[in-house]
Amino acid sequence: MKTLSFLLQKEFKQIFRNPTLLRLIIAVPIIQLMILPLAADYEIKNINLAVVDVDKSRYSEELIQKITASGYFVNIGTTTSFDEAFSWIEEDKADLILEIPENFERNLIRENKERLFMAINAINGVKANMGGAYLGQIIQSYNAEVRMEWIPDTKVPPMPTISISSLNWFNPSLNYDFFMVPGILVFLVTMVGTYMTALNIVKEKEVGTIEQINVTPIKKLHFTLAKLIPFLVIGIFVFTLGLFIVARLVYGIVPAGNIGMIYAYLFLYLISVLGVGLLLSNYSQTQQQAMSLAFFFVMIFLLMGGLFTSIDAMPLWAKWIAYLNPVSYFIDFMRLVVMKGSTFADVKHHFMVICGFAVFFNTWAVISYKKTS
Amino acid sequence: MYDVELNHITKTYENGAVQAVKDVSFGVKKGELFGLIGPDGAGKTSIFRMLTTLLIPDSGTASVNGFDVVEDFREIRKRVGYMPGKFSLYQDLTVEENLEFFATVFNTSIEENYDLIKDIYVQIEPFKKRRAGKLSGGMKQKLALSCALIHRPTVLFLDEPTTGVDAVSRKEFWEMLRRLKEQGITILVSTPYMDEAALCERIALIQNGSILSINTPQEIINSYPKPLYAIKAHKMSALLHALRDSNLVDSAFSFGEWHHITLQDSVTAEQLKVSLQAEFPTVQMEAIEPGIEDCFIQQSLAQHEVEL
Repeated sequence: MKTLSFLLQKEFKQIFRNPTLLRLIIAVPIIQLMILPLAADYEIKNINLAVVDVDKSRYSEELIQKITASGYFVNIGTTTSFDEAFSWIEEDKADLILEIPENFERNLIRENKERLFMAINAINGVKANMGGAYLGQIIQSYNAEVRMEWIPDTKVPPMPTISISSLNWFNPSLNYDFFMVPGILVFLVTMVGTYMTALNIVKEKEVGTIEQINVTPIKKLHFTLAKLIPFLVIGIFVFTLGLFIVARLVYGIVPAGNIGMIYAYLFLYLISVLGVGLLLSNYSQTQQQAMSLAFFFVMIFLLMGGLFTSIDAMPLWAKWIAYLNPVSYFIDFMRLVVMKGSTFADVKHHFMVICGFAVFFNTWAVISYKKTS
Repeated sequence: MYDVELNHITKTYENGAVQAVKDVSFGVKKGELFGLIGPDGAGKTSIFRMLTTLLIPDSGTASVNGFDVVEDFREIRKRVGYMPGKFSLYQDLTVEENLEFFATVFNTSIEENYDLIKDIYVQIEPFKKRRAGKLSGGMKQKLALSCALIHRPTVLFLDEPTTGVDAVSRKEFWEMLRRLKEQGITILVSTPYMDEAALCERIALIQNGSILSINTPQEIINSYPKPLYAIKAHKMSALLHALRDSNLVDSAFSFGEWHHITLQDSVTAEQLKVSLQAEFPTVQMEAIEPGIEDCFIQQSLAQHEVEL
């Protein structure tokens, strides 16, 4: 115990003497939490719309007005020639063309139907899909208004329609930050557990101090624990800073679930990612190697972890990678507990899996450590 | 009884492709200052790493303080001090913190063994609040030695302690070793500098992983088989070629200002001088006492011939 406490003192001394590392520990969580949610916002706004209005009637005017009033579209110009509108798409000024044909108003009233034409630039698939869907909805609701105008007689029974009204649970205002911030917290903790740990251990190898340590009676277990515990503490610190300072003060996120349970899970998660860090350090001799290895794995862990994209939407083989990825469980856990307020019974599976990961990575790290020394 | 003993130690790297240490055996007596002398790549560091339990030998046995380096490595680690060739203390800790760290690691304190390191430590004490990384080469070396001594080891292993250190510091360093020896500490030191060999009590000459000879420096010099001459003239390079081509000369090597040569059997110095007079009118020649380097060259050539 005495040796361990002494080794820990030495580790903390070294960490606090490294101004770059210290700045990273404090600045990174704050900056990343401020910036990343903006980049990962999938709500599509400001779609550039070009209108080809050949009809130039009251109805077509009203329709265009209604579309721009929705806030999703920016009308970049109205013309009478489709070719001109198309050239705007080619110049990347417009994302979408809506063509209102000649006699739109007349046909709609006389013949009770008329067609509109929509051309969408589909290079950005998400934007194209969403843009098309928004525009369709707006036109439909306009259609309903027109119908109301022409069938005012209540004696005639109205046509049967199904109306859908939805209620958004757990994130009523559909605020994307609420979804992203808990995930980014996981990302930060993962960085600390893998990169920082691996680099710190490999540094001793690279500088040669591990030689000097190995000739002393210090046990490997003590040495390793003294390397891991500081990053466990830093991981918890970074998480706390993110959750209670940035998430609460900047985004107004207050976890709906039990804070104690979140920390219990964080602890188990850190144990498993520290195992990954230890593992990486066993397989590298220099900090450069460790950095490259860590970058490779953390990249996969994060992109396959459901932070930016939904795991449910992945192909089956990719889903399996996500299931073997500790990051995806913590991100899921965080969203469930922070937003939905899930209880232990709901996330029991998450707890079991992360315990499994902790045992798996650390066992592997211990075995490989013996082999390479 | 030997304090450090090696019996037929062999070590290979890269699955046997590189033979670093070949069947090495020697013993170091208690309280002896023993030198392992050889060029870079001779296998000195491998031997040190095996004796300090950092490396496991492929075959053979070795013991330190009577403890086997493989079986009883824990006992050895409590007792020995090791100063690797490369500075390996914590550069971001101060002089004092490094020393304190290594004292605590061995369950002791600076005060307890201060008498042992006093002579060395007083020289760096004015800088004790300075980080180790910011020390000069000579001061780093003194700190490393202090850290290796702080737990009062019975055996001290110093791997090329004077490499990259200036001439004055080197001299000081050997002076420190002599004082440590008086405290009864067994010291095993390696060096590529042949002139330092004379400062050891006994030396082992090592080349390509094999021991050439083990003896006191004086005995090694005495065992030099032939009279040795130093020769010089105005055109040193041409002289060396002429000597090597001459059938009167057995061996000729350049030693800075002079060439060191041995003659074929039954050839006298006068005969050679006469034969060179025409081409090198200023030639000077005198009989000299061989140095360790002469012995090393002679022995490694002799071994090379045996191997051929």
